[in-house]
Amino acid sequence: MTDLKPRASMNRRSFLKVSMLASGALIIGCGRVGTTDGASIDAETWVANLYVRINTDGTVTIVSKNPEAGQGVKTAFPMVVAECLDVDWKVVSVEQAPLDDRYGRQVVGGSRGTPDGWDDLRVAGTAARQLLVAAAAEGWGVAADECSTENGMVTHANSGNSARYETLLEAAAQLPVPDIDDLDLKSRPSDFSLLGTFVPGVDNQQIHTGQPLFGCDVRLDSMLYAVFEKCPTFGGKVGDANIEQVRKLPGVTHAFIVEGTDDPRGLQAGVAIVANTWWEANSAREKLRVDWVTDQADSTADYDRQAEALLEEPGDTLRSDGDVDATLAGASKVVEATYYYPFVSHANMEPQNCTAHFHESGRVEFWAPTQNPKSGRSLVAETLGIPEDRVHVNLTRIGGGFGRRLRNDFMAEVAWIAREVGQPVQLQWTREDDMRHDFYRPAGWHHFRAGLDDDGKMIAFDHHFVTFGRDGEPVSGASLSPGHYPAGLVPNFRLRQSLIETNVPTGPWRSPGHSAYCWCYQSFFDEVALATGRDALEFRLDLLSRSYGDTQIDRQRVSDTLKLAAEKAGWGERELGEGRGLGIAFHYDHLGYVSHVAEVVADGSSVKVEKVFSAADVGPILNLSGAKNQVEGCVVDALSTAQLEITFANGAVQQSNFSDYELLRIGQAPEIECHFIQSDHSPTGLGEPPIAPATPAITNAIFGATGTRIRELPFARSGIFV
Amino acid sequence: MSSVTLKINGQSYSLDAPSDMPLLWALRDKLNLVGTKYSCGIGVCGSCTVLVNGVPMRSCVMPAISMAGMDITTIEGLDPAGQHPVQQAWNEEDVAQCGYCQAGQILTASALLSQNPDPSDEDIDSAMAGVMCRCGTYHRIRKAIKRAAREGGAS
Repeated sequence: MTDLKPRASMNRRSFLKVSMLASGALIIGCGRVGTTDGASIDAETWVANLYVRINTDGTVTIVSKNPEAGQGVKTAFPMVVAECLDVDWKVVSVEQAPLDDRYGRQVVGGSRGTPDGWDDLRVAGTAARQLLVAAAAEGWGVAADECSTENGMVTHANSGNSARYETLLEAAAQLPVPDIDDLDLKSRPSDFSLLGTFVPGVDNQQIHTGQPLFGCDVRLDSMLYAVFEKCPTFGGKVGDANIEQVRKLPGVTHAFIVEGTDDPRGLQAGVAIVANTWWEANSAREKLRVDWVTDQADSTADYDRQAEALLEEPGDTLRSDGDVDATLAGASKVVEATYYYPFVSHANMEPQNCTAHFHESGRVEFWAPTQNPKSGRSLVAETLGIPEDRVHVNLTRIGGGFGRRLRNDFMAEVAWIAREVGQPVQLQWTREDDMRHDFYRPAGWHHFRAGLDDDGKMIAFDHHFVTFGRDGEPVSGASLSPGHYPAGLVPNFRLRQSLIETNVPTGPWRSPGHSAYCWCYQSFFDEVALATGRDALEFRLDLLSRSYGDTQIDRQRVSDTLKLAAEKAGWGERELGEGRGLGIAFHYDHLGYVSHVAEVVADGSSVKVEKVFSAADVGPILNLSGAKNQVEGCVVDALSTAQLEITFANGAVQQSNFSDYELLRIGQAPEIECHFIQSDHSPTGLGEPPIAPATPAITNAIFGATGTRIRELPFARSGIFV
Repeated sequence: MSSVTLKINGQSYSLDAPSDMPLLWALRDKLNLVGTKYSCGIGVCGSCTVLVNGVPMRSCVMPAISMAGMDITTIEGLDPAGQHPVQQAWNEEDVAQCGYCQAGQILTASALLSQNPDPSDEDIDSAMAGVMCRCGTYHRIRKAIKRAAREGGAS
């Protein structure tokens, strides 16, 4: 799986475009036409995709196409271009692209930015560099392949000639662009000088001095501020509201009922209040009285009752390998356990907001903190009944994504309000709006039975998953792949599924599904290992040493991360003593392999996660700082979320703010030691893979330290406090 | 509406604001100082932290008109060039992920270091406990505060 050539998605019909700006700046873009790769759902037609501008003063502007939500892409992507262009990072400035179809996929999600962008970014930088080399070589009358580049300079060692890039722009612009197959792309860590180093974020200076960067920081001439009250129960409609009274309140310019659509991901019914300042809009909202029409009454207590009953039923069999029932009946030992995790919220620090201006011409312009601007544009066009080409989306920095902003309900809301108001409007949700109108990670129950042979080998695995559905299909974020391990690692395997009907909106939450399922599997593996007195690491490595059909997992890569994390933690080498435990877990998702070892100390039911040793294989590391940040962030996110839950009563969310949904504080955060196996694979994303195995590593360590096996989240349900 | 004159980052600002309007919203919607961030609105997360006479305070729960005569520092005023040792340490450790809470983190850290130039881990955890970070940058916040302390954070 080496990656010396671009992948099939970049085919031979790809082409490059070069143009010279009036200012003398050379623009190089790589484009792709007639893409034939049907495997990519985002196989767009690329026409002229601009990434690189080299200026006559020697500075270089690199465009970052994807939204930045803290995943570090605005720094890492331009680093790839700069590496291949061979320029000094100090001369590079980065520009955020708006939504522009020429860039193809512009999404923060699925940890796909890196694997999807790797080829295009390298092509953009390399093509520019090779053109500059060709221009220099032609001028000197020498062969291009005798020239080399370094820090924005072409050199021909034999003749002693050298030229800075900025002196070659005009000559380069006259040359035919290289064929994509003639590009010599850097692929491996040994090729890199900038990639793999620790590079601080390109927006740091603005963040540290409080400059406007985020969606809520947008300020436009004559801009008004809006709040939008929705039914506390999902999908409720407005019966009546005291609109006339609200309109007369101080600062209020507009108040009106929005009927909404039937799209649960789109414009909900509610009441919009617009004012000269946000505080006045929100103060008026306190005087708003709405009679809601709703017939939904989902509750956590009812879900629990349904799950209890469903766990007694066989469920629908999604996969069956071998003969699970006979193997369990004949097994020398059977281990059985049920795991439960609750609904959780995304809780971005920046509550949902969006700014829009519906121009008289019919064009609507957005300043949107969205992870998926293209789907936001479609939603707006559909909601307003206007063509998509009337919708322009500027991308702002995002104060936390985690999957919440893959949904664009806030864009639909502000679009509707902006058209009604006719001047620029910023919609700002309250924290309470944000917590009560999320697309939650769904809860789930997992009942496992493992059959072991005389040697303690797992020979049968029966899994009943009770999850949430609507109209007989799992809701977003609630489905489990029948190929998920230990499928393929155990000769007799069965996955059964039962659905609880829900009205609650659900959606992707950092590493959808995996962040919950992995905790169940990896906790249960410890129980199975313990039942036969086997070491938790040895049991896992042994499990990964055999396969029975397709495992969807590179067993060697994942085993290597297990061994590395264990080695760094001193697994099996240290005397831990009373009240101290180590826990281990591995996982594979979003093309990334990660294992963690957590070290926990306990004082009764009070535990402290002291340190987490992480080992990841996502191929070569682009930005060492960004990569470590994602590992560190995922570990903290896992520990934080394992102590949180969203519950429902009478169809509404019971939590409202950080007072009853309190994220982890600094004193509870562990030290984190990151190790990377820079394997010879294409680089892949890190925004998600480290989170899933962090939770079970921690709970397995808690078991070691306290003897308490956590089978229900949040921790408090098991009487454990961090 | 009430009139008030506020001293922010060494400058005097006169404004009319509803009597219950928190300083946060006066900063953001009246004075166009948007570096101070809204997140919880009830004083528990610390994103809206400003320094009032050098002490970290929650601007989302303090009425603007009550702040007359006080010396208010927002993130825009710590050092607009970003050269404060805390800002520099934040860059060198590359603390920020999304960056939304970092104004509150940086101001709180600068107040800690002016009181305690050589804080221990416990001092840091205690002083920084009021500022939440959803991205999980805590590990680096500790490192950055120690770096700033080494490199003259009390300035």
